[in-house]
Amino acid sequence: MAPAVSSKRRRPRKPDRRILPGFGITMGITISYLTLMVLIPLSAVFLRSAGMGWEAFWRAISGPQVVASYKVTFGVSFLAAATNVFFGFIAAWVLTRYRFPGRRLVDAMVDLPFALPTAVAGIALTALYAPSGWLGQYLYPLGIQSAYSQTGIFIALTFIGLPFVVRTLQPVIEGLDSEVEEAGASLGASRWRVFWQVIFPSLLPAALTGFALAFARAIGEYGSVIFISGNVPLRTEITPLVIVKFLENYQYPQATAVACVMLIVSFLLLFLINLLQRWSESIGQARG
Amino acid sequence: MKRLITTILTTLAVFTTAHAKELLNVSYDPTREFYTEVNNAFAKHWKEKTGQQIRINQSHGGSSKQARAVIDGLDADVVTLALAADIDAIAGRGLLPADWQKRLPKNSAPYQSTLAFLVRKGNPKGIKDWADLAKPGIQVITPNPKTSGAARWNFLAAWGWALKTLGDEAKAQAFIAALYKNVPVLDAGARGSSTTFQERKIGDVLINWENELLLALKEHPGQYEIVVPSLSILAEPTVALVDKNVDRKGTREIAQAYLEFLYSDEGQNLAGKHYYRPSNPDILKKYKDQYPDLMLFTIDEVFGGWTVATKKFFDDGAIFDRIYLK
Repeated sequence: MAPAVSSKRRRPRKPDRRILPGFGITMGITISYLTLMVLIPLSAVFLRSAGMGWEAFWRAISGPQVVASYKVTFGVSFLAAATNVFFGFIAAWVLTRYRFPGRRLVDAMVDLPFALPTAVAGIALTALYAPSGWLGQYLYPLGIQSAYSQTGIFIALTFIGLPFVVRTLQPVIEGLDSEVEEAGASLGASRWRVFWQVIFPSLLPAALTGFALAFARAIGEYGSVIFISGNVPLRTEITPLVIVKFLENYQYPQATAVACVMLIVSFLLLFLINLLQRWSESIGQARG
Repeated sequence: MKRLITTILTTLAVFTTAHAKELLNVSYDPTREFYTEVNNAFAKHWKEKTGQQIRINQSHGGSSKQARAVIDGLDADVVTLALAADIDAIAGRGLLPADWQKRLPKNSAPYQSTLAFLVRKGNPKGIKDWADLAKPGIQVITPNPKTSGAARWNFLAAWGWALKTLGDEAKAQAFIAALYKNVPVLDAGARGSSTTFQERKIGDVLINWENELLLALKEHPGQYEIVVPSLSILAEPTVALVDKNVDRKGTREIAQAYLEFLYSDEGQNLAGKHYYRPSNPDILKKYKDQYPDLMLFTIDEVFGGWTVATKKFFDDGAIFDRIYLK
């Protein structure tokens, strides 16, 4: 880690001298593409809700059922992303550090939640975790309501978030020099200390990125959740479903108002995580 | 050169006429099988009558979702939805006149249906009428009235029974609140609820379309029983042609004939075959043994029509939202 950091600090002074030309054209394309694909659709969301007036906007976003859905969506997404950071780290570690038969197969399996249509995932998970399902029949007698509950939502969101964490951690673990660990060990550090003071700080930024990606994905997830969640107001209703409900009742402005809230909250959270990541990077650099 | 032009022109002619002979029927969830058969029968009928070959495409989904798709530009020639309110919403955007329901016989409802209960074999929880659904310890499966047409009919049927049996609105609301407390899963549509009840084995009783229940009995013999409540609602799924779309596509004549075909003897018999109640009383008689015998009330009698009922029960912050807050 240390050499990489120091080379970053000694950046060449003259940034104009690039091997490939084309800053103007690539920047132009970037701006137009981002405007077309991201900025215009997002501003349409704000515009549509702008016409409704502040009072109606507030009423739409602060109804008791809507507020309850924020808690479910953001709360369960947070838990699911946090769980994924823990297990995703272990999976990424195993996949990069060890060689075992079937490793490539397991590695490919990590991507499945990416590729599977979310509705298919939802149906499969429900079939598995419902009281009549393979797993549900054992979980329900233990008092674990694994479907049609917040636990069910948690299961779906964990499923879809896993690849984000594994795939962001993998390259970083690969880049970790095992010599640094060995050096730590030879200087008398315990295994625990090597992990906390050598490995953990260098993985933290990537773990936070993985967390942010999994979290953002979970907040917006609709397809897989509606099958396994009971969709009961105040208890198991996610915010995207509240938006769909508004749409189905032809209340477009209300739907976009709630969408605005989600956008703003997600943006703030992502921004916060980004700051955290910067901070942890600087800590890592200071130590390195 | 001349030959080339003729070829191009004939190709164009073939394509344009082929285009004119397509019809899109946008319908709600459980009508798939019924309209597949209607479409084949109508295509045959139209060929015999005019010599024209036609193709009818169908689209299915939750009723209000389908209406929204048409509003947003889905090129429907005809809409055949679960409730008049959804076609009203399309009319509200100017795609067809507001008085569309008067254009066809029987308030534009070529077939009717009602709601009843499905219970597991032997009726282990002893469910007999609406009152049993609100008892503690009973699990009821019904879709979400915010997204499903069938669910709105379910809700109104329960409310209508409660109002008549318990006497006043406050008691009806308490009953409805207790009933929905017993619902562990609110699926988005009627088919979803059928799946939850039949495949996932959740719940003691399923409230659903009569035709869905009869279909469940046919497909899973010996597993379920139908329980008929003392009172239910006469559900009238309505049909209409979408003026703006048919005029642009030049399909008004076929679309009109298609809707009228639903009222013909052949169309009515197909409705009966798929467990809908034909609106033609003579044909209804022929199938009457397959329908449970129960008292039915209409939405106009008890609620004063869809506009009033939607506002009172299903709008944002209306009764359905409020029952969850206590």
